[in-house]
Amino acid sequence: MSTQTASSIFAKAPAPGLADPVHDAQSVFRSAMNALAQPGTVQQLDILTLSPPAPLSVAATALVLTLCDYDTPLWLDPTLATNGTVKNYIRFHTAAPFVESPAEAAFALVSDTKLLPAIASFAAGNAEYPDRSTTIVLMVDELTEDEGITLKGPGIKTEKQFSIAPAPAMFWQQMQDNSTLYPLGIDIIFAGTSQVAGLPRSTKITGLEA
Amino acid sequence: MTERVETQGISGEHYNFAYLDEQTKRMIRRAILKGIAVPGYQVPFAAREMPMPYGWGTGGVQVTAAVIGKNDCLKMIDQGSDDTTNAVALRNFFVETTGVDTTTKTKDASIIQTRHRIPEENLTKDQVLVYQVPIPEPLRFLEPRETETRKMHALEEYGLMHVKLYEDIAKFGHIATAYAYPVMVQDRYVMDPSPTPKFDNPKMDQMEALQLFGAGREKRIYAIPPHTKVVSLDFEDHPFEVTKFEQPCAICGAEEIYLDEVILDDAGNRMFVCSDSDFCEERRDVGHVGHLGTNPLEAEGND
Repeated sequence: MSTQTASSIFAKAPAPGLADPVHDAQSVFRSAMNALAQPGTVQQLDILTLSPPAPLSVAATALVLTLCDYDTPLWLDPTLATNGTVKNYIRFHTAAPFVESPAEAAFALVSDTKLLPAIASFAAGNAEYPDRSTTIVLMVDELTEDEGITLKGPGIKTEKQFSIAPAPAMFWQQMQDNSTLYPLGIDIIFAGTSQVAGLPRSTKITGLEA
Repeated sequence: MTERVETQGISGEHYNFAYLDEQTKRMIRRAILKGIAVPGYQVPFAAREMPMPYGWGTGGVQVTAAVIGKNDCLKMIDQGSDDTTNAVALRNFFVETTGVDTTTKTKDASIIQTRHRIPEENLTKDQVLVYQVPIPEPLRFLEPRETETRKMHALEEYGLMHVKLYEDIAKFGHIATAYAYPVMVQDRYVMDPSPTPKFDNPKMDQMEALQLFGAGREKRIYAIPPHTKVVSLDFEDHPFEVTKFEQPCAICGAEEIYLDEVILDDAGNRMFVCSDSDFCEERRDVGHVGHLGTNPLEAEGND
């Protein structure tokens, strides 16, 4: 193989994944675990050397590389689904099958809150297997503790204020409806630039009018 | 004491970190996240065969392996003690495959894997408590079919469990279940707290630490997030009561903690000592002494 051919192959190759797949994935998982175990707390990710293709953020990419593989049907928002570089990157690093319908997805990756479809269109599990539901990885610009809507439930001592920006219209209303399905429903992991936060179905949401 | 044990490069050369391959860890991690989202619900997972027999804690080991990182400090206990066979074997397993720091001090540990006890000391929000579970299904001895128990959980149909507790009262005059005492988690799922003595049940309620449960043979993972409501099942006229001991610990004098009975000789002499070895050690270190002194083998009348 000539050097020219090799460099042209490298030019087309997907960007690298986690630099230390074993320990990076472990630390990202611990952050995600703590995020869902303590809803509304912002968990700082360890510094990762990831250079995912735009528009993916480091945090969202780290979550997908940590949690997805050939066992997890993945739904991409319409912008990502038409982005060949992004799809190649995710396919190369995770081998996750892409699905068209949100109801078939084990995970959903949403790069912009505006592109989030109705929460009810994702899989909520069934009464005997509430775990057969979608976990949404939702990219946001900002995650803020101690202001915004009020969260209560498992993982929260009394109550916890939390907000995301940008928050799509009717988002919190939909999440409130989602929590009424408990034990069914979807879980969300918010991915900021280098932080994550969790909102499991078990969390009750109040203070929407504020 | 916290000590760093040399791994002689075993982990680097022969095993992936924490023994399990990365795909297995991802599968277990996904099950843990679901378990946290639905407290008390048993999430099925594809438990692997582990290099130890079922019943030795293969479920807890897999959960710990999926959670542990190189900066963690691991405490491993079996019936409250750091020094019993199961605890020593599993601690060495993780030392060999991860090289993490280990400790016997409850407050120094970031992950505590336990067989059948909850430490006496209150746990904090930065700690994870991993339980080894033999039979995760609290209804299994009442209804052997998984299809049926699954429906019963789906429909929140727990009458059978109350009948079982009632039959205890009818037969013995009190609820005779002393360990694996069923609990209701967040007003939704009846859960088996693993064979911990019922003495430990109240500690699960509103605990600050995350509690993870792994059952390897039965292939189930479940979880209780911090600050979750955990109520032991009972009746208004027969309220839940924890086990009470008539005497304090024989060597540290602690009261209102869980005690183990130790036979001292062939003449029927026995003593009761703390089941939590670290708790007992800490108390003796600061000068507490029980009625048999710090060394019961030298106590009077014990040849």
